Order: sequence, then structure tokens, then C-alpha cells
Amino acid sequence: MNSNEIYNLLKSFFPDAVIDYKDDKPVEPYIIVSAKEIDKICLFLRDEENLQFDYLSCLSSVDYDNDNLAAVYNLYSFVHNHKLNIKVIVPKSDPVIKTVSSVWNTANWHEREAYDLMGIIFDEHPDFRRILLPDDWEGYPLRKDYKVQEFYNGMKVPY
Amino acid sequence: MRYLNRLDSKIKQYEHGNFVVTSVDKFLNWARLSSMWQMTFGLACCAIEMMATSASHYDFDRFGIIPRPSPRHADMIIISGTVTLKMATRIKKLYDQMPEPKYIISMGSCSNCGGPYWEHGYHVLKGIDRIIPVDVYVPGCPPRPEALLEGVLKLQDKIRNQSTYKKNKA
Repeated sequence: MNSNEIYNLLKSFFPDAVIDYKDDKPVEPYIIVSAKEIDKICLFLRDEENLQFDYLSCLSSVDYDNDNLAAVYNLYSFVHNHKLNIKVIVPKSDPVIKTVSSVWNTANWHEREAYDLMGIIFDEHPDFRRILLPDDWEGYPLRKDYKVQEFYNGMKVPY
Repeated sequence: MRYLNRLDSKIKQYEHGNFVVTSVDKFLNWARLSSMWQMTFGLACCAIEMMATSASHYDFDRFGIIPRPSPRHADMIIISGTVTLKMATRIKKLYDQMPEPKYIISMGSCSNCGGPYWEHGYHVLKGIDRIIPVDVYVPGCPPRPEALLEGVLKLQDKIRNQSTYKKNKA
């Protein structure tokens, strides 16, 4: 199935949670869904007979620099050899998204990384803490408005 | 006699051998510089070059440098690679566990001054000398094994001229 057909199928099952379908070439088409329903939608995408997205290729995060953050899910199905991109857009003031680590275990570390570097909070994640930076680090370095802290544990950080 | 000449070129040898006369400083320095056991510690791509240096082709061992698995066995540590702030905390801890006298070689641009991360590397310590004192800086990105060996020889020179009793002479 192509992305448009998948969108129509999803829209019939989740009329409120599936927000939009974008196909701005040359960018790959993507579906925008609601942050609160992403876990149910992902479970559906994984288990539905003619979708079977059994592989989360990547989960990454974006700062749009307009008070919005996004998580991007790249899905792939080894069974049907089709793929899908999903975006969840959340405001910077309340960047909370339901975890999908119960659907694909891969998401566990990817979500921790998105939290570590972009500050997106994944609700109901089983082991939610920073993954790369030290636990006492201040701020989220990949945000556009990130300012480096002057000192870390008494060590000067800027050059 | 060859080894003793390395200890002191003007060494006094007596007719029937068996004993020599030298100064305490020269004897201690000779012992120290001839068996600088280094702590097994690799950080980034520089560590690959350091491993190449300790392998048979370049052979660290001929300078008495043997990797040790514990900081408490070590006389020397080669900071070989990018020091992140998270790692810097651990390095300080390891350095504090090493017994005196201890020496540090900073290997490569990253540990000298932050290297390619100097401006945008929010997570990188801009020079290991911000937390621990460095004896020899080896430039390069990464330095070739020859460069690291040169650094080791420079450190040996430094140890050869230090004084245990006259601190400010060294």
C-alpha cells in the first residue's frame, strides 16, 4: 500500500487522531497524527493484516524554530515491502508524546535520545532518563535556542 | 654496561665490576623513565594509533611501556582522544587514584585543546589541562605512532632531568 491508501485506512479507524496527510514532493509523504493516540495508531499499524509495519527504522526529533517540536517515525514492513512516515507535532511549552516502546522495543532508546537532545517527553516510557549526556546536564542541546552552560561540575564548557 | 651508560654517561666503574657510583637523582630517574607503565586507557581514534604504537611494529615495550589494567599500577596515562565532560569526571577520578610520581601525555588535538569540537562541541572538554596537569602534548589528528613515540621520548627526557630533592630545579 502507498502512503495515501494507508492514510485513508487510518482515517477510517481513527478519525480524530489522524490529523493530516502531506505529500510535498520531493519530500516523502507523511501523516500527521495526534500525540495522545500515537501508541494506539502504531499498534494498529503493526498488527493490521495488510499493513504489518514490523520495523521502526528510525525515530528522530525536529525543532521547527516556531515553538513546535516534532517526533518523526519511519516505519517499514518486511512482509509487504512498504514504508510510511509519521510525524507528531507538539508545542515546545508542553512537549508530551505517548511512548511507542511497548509497540517496538527499538523505540525505547530512540525516545530516550529524543528526550536527551531535544527535550521531548515520552509519556509512560518504562525507563525514562537521559541516554548520552550526564544525568545532571542542563538543557537540550539540539534545540535551536539552546545556550551552552558556562560550567559543568566546575569545568568551564566554552572554549 | 650498556644499560648503566644510559643511567649516566660519565659513570664511574671500578676495576672488578660489581658496583658503580652514581647520584640518587640519576638512579631514581633512570629507574622511572625506563619502566613507565601506562594505564590502559583509550578514548577515540587516537586510541587506535596508540594501540598500533604498542603493537609489535612500533613496539612501546622497548621503552619499558607496558599497559596496566589498574590506575594503581600505573606511572603514566596517555589521554588518547576526545574528552567529553562526562568522561572528564571519570578521568579526574582515575588520575587521583594513580600513585605519585605520575605523568600525563596528552595525545592529539582533542585532548590538547578540544580539536575540531572547540567551537560547537557543547559536550567536549576544551583541553585535558583544564582538569589535570599535562607533561607532554603530542599534536596531530590523530598523531602517527612516530609522533607518539617522540612524545614518549620527550617525557623520558623530562624525567631524566628532574630532581627528587631540589624540587625547583626540575
